[in-house]
Amino acid sequence: MLELKGVAKHFGGVRAVDGLNLSVAEGEIVGLIGPNGSGKSTTVNVICGVFPVSAGEITFEGREITKAQPHQVLAGGIARTFQNIRLFDHLTVWQNLWVAQNAMADRRAIGFLRRWLSGSAGARDSVQEQLEFSDLVDKQDEPAGSLSFGEQRRLELARALASKPKLLLLDEPAAGMNLEEVSQLDDRLRELQKAGKTILLVEHVMELVMGVTDRIAVLNFGNKIAEGAPAEIQQNEAVKKAYLGGGSDLAEPQA
Amino acid sequence: MDFYFGLLQIIGVHTILGLSAYVILQTGQVTMAQAGFFSIGAYIAAMLTVLAGWHIVPALLVGGLVAAAVACIVGFPALRVKGLTLVVATVAFGEFIRLFWFNFDYQIAKGEFMVGPLGGEGFKQIRFFPENGWTTLDVALFIWAIVALVMAALWWMDRSRAGTVLRAVGEDEMAAQSVGINLTATKVIAFTAGGFIAGIGGGIYAHYTTHIEHLNFGILLATFAIAYPILGGLSNVFGTLVAVIFVQGILVEGLRFMGDWRNLLFGALIVLAMNVRPRGLIDEHTAKIVKRLFSRGKDTSGA
Repeated sequence: MLELKGVAKHFGGVRAVDGLNLSVAEGEIVGLIGPNGSGKSTTVNVICGVFPVSAGEITFEGREITKAQPHQVLAGGIARTFQNIRLFDHLTVWQNLWVAQNAMADRRAIGFLRRWLSGSAGARDSVQEQLEFSDLVDKQDEPAGSLSFGEQRRLELARALASKPKLLLLDEPAAGMNLEEVSQLDDRLRELQKAGKTILLVEHVMELVMGVTDRIAVLNFGNKIAEGAPAEIQQNEAVKKAYLGGGSDLAEPQA
Repeated sequence: MDFYFGLLQIIGVHTILGLSAYVILQTGQVTMAQAGFFSIGAYIAAMLTVLAGWHIVPALLVGGLVAAAVACIVGFPALRVKGLTLVVATVAFGEFIRLFWFNFDYQIAKGEFMVGPLGGEGFKQIRFFPENGWTTLDVALFIWAIVALVMAALWWMDRSRAGTVLRAVGEDEMAAQSVGINLTATKVIAFTAGGFIAGIGGGIYAHYTTHIEHLNFGILLATFAIAYPILGGLSNVFGTLVAVIFVQGILVEGLRFMGDWRNLLFGALIVLAMNVRPRGLIDEHTAKIVKRLFSRGKDTSGA
């Protein structure tokens, strides 16, 4: 579904991502892990079109999206969340979900004005659905900035889902969560997988990654050093070395 | 009495000018080009009524459209820059337009007089209102009908998804892009709408003062244009109106009896107002209270 071929992103002399090959198949939850600074977030930003790639090619469902702008990437069916929550703090919860109605089906030229002025026909229903799914119905008229941390995380996920993406890029969704919240997120991701979503999960919290993913790719210095099922990755020598070299234990959450 | 009608006219035109900046400020863009768009509307509308003999309504519309077209063309390159760079770019653009009028001559003979813009001397004898027998009251009512129209349109926009999209861009551009908002299109649309509204305001201004010149459209006017919505608060259109009444009605006219002290107090009161009400004179909280007063018991959820 998503295919990265030899993707590189250099910031001056820093090779944040350096010739990465990665593929995500439909319906999979793929984990992307690695020590700090290994290029995980950069990979997400490159896929989303936030940074132009320095080299390589990205395709999604057979179409090339290497040079697409972020809003075009979203229209193609890829939505994301941010490592540091980025909500529209002064907009209400409801409005945060309302602006995110940009499903592919709404992209007919004649619908442009209507979509801009009132959202697509099903927009309000879809907002309601997301509010219920993320348990934020009571908070819908509150400004997003006034929500608790956990609620903000849920709203950000709901906002990403509001545009009905096929592929979700989650950039450390469990950062700062306690164990109970992590287990809720785990359930939620499985639910989404059942609903047919494909997920690329960038995460440090190993309880989540090891439990929920079908496959894990490990990055270090912008390169993939290992790939395989969670059990294999836990035994992999190169991975252990990368993490121990980084001064932390693979088994311990770093949040 | 005419003094008060005159004051009403000033407040009306400045409200339109402030609202033109309001739209653009929603997207987080600080524009110093509003005086430029305002001047385009002023010169074009005045040329249409004086030189071409048009009625004022179509003249205002065309003036607004020309200003909007210029805003759209300028918008694309100018909006590729952000923050302070955008301020500098729009200041430069405003000055460019002002200097264009400083050098612009287009006079034709009307009876025994020459009429039309004449460079540094400006454009005199824009006499549509007196020639057609409009009283000061008529003019004031006409201006306020347009103010009401613009305010209603923007009030409705604020409640539509479009207004929410503009605010989303203003809050966090990266997040806005990631939920599928086309940044360039949104900003250029806001700029174009702002140019249109400023152009309409300029057209009215030219007709009630009857004499315009390039010096009317400098940095000071551009500063006022963004000061009104910022002082009034960006959460709704009434803030801008309240800010214009506060500045033009109370600070400029109301404090005239204080002589030279007025200028000192003027600045001090604006600073004070911004400190007491950092999110504007009419912020979200005020709006909520007013909304509650008007809709007691009604369901206010949803849009």
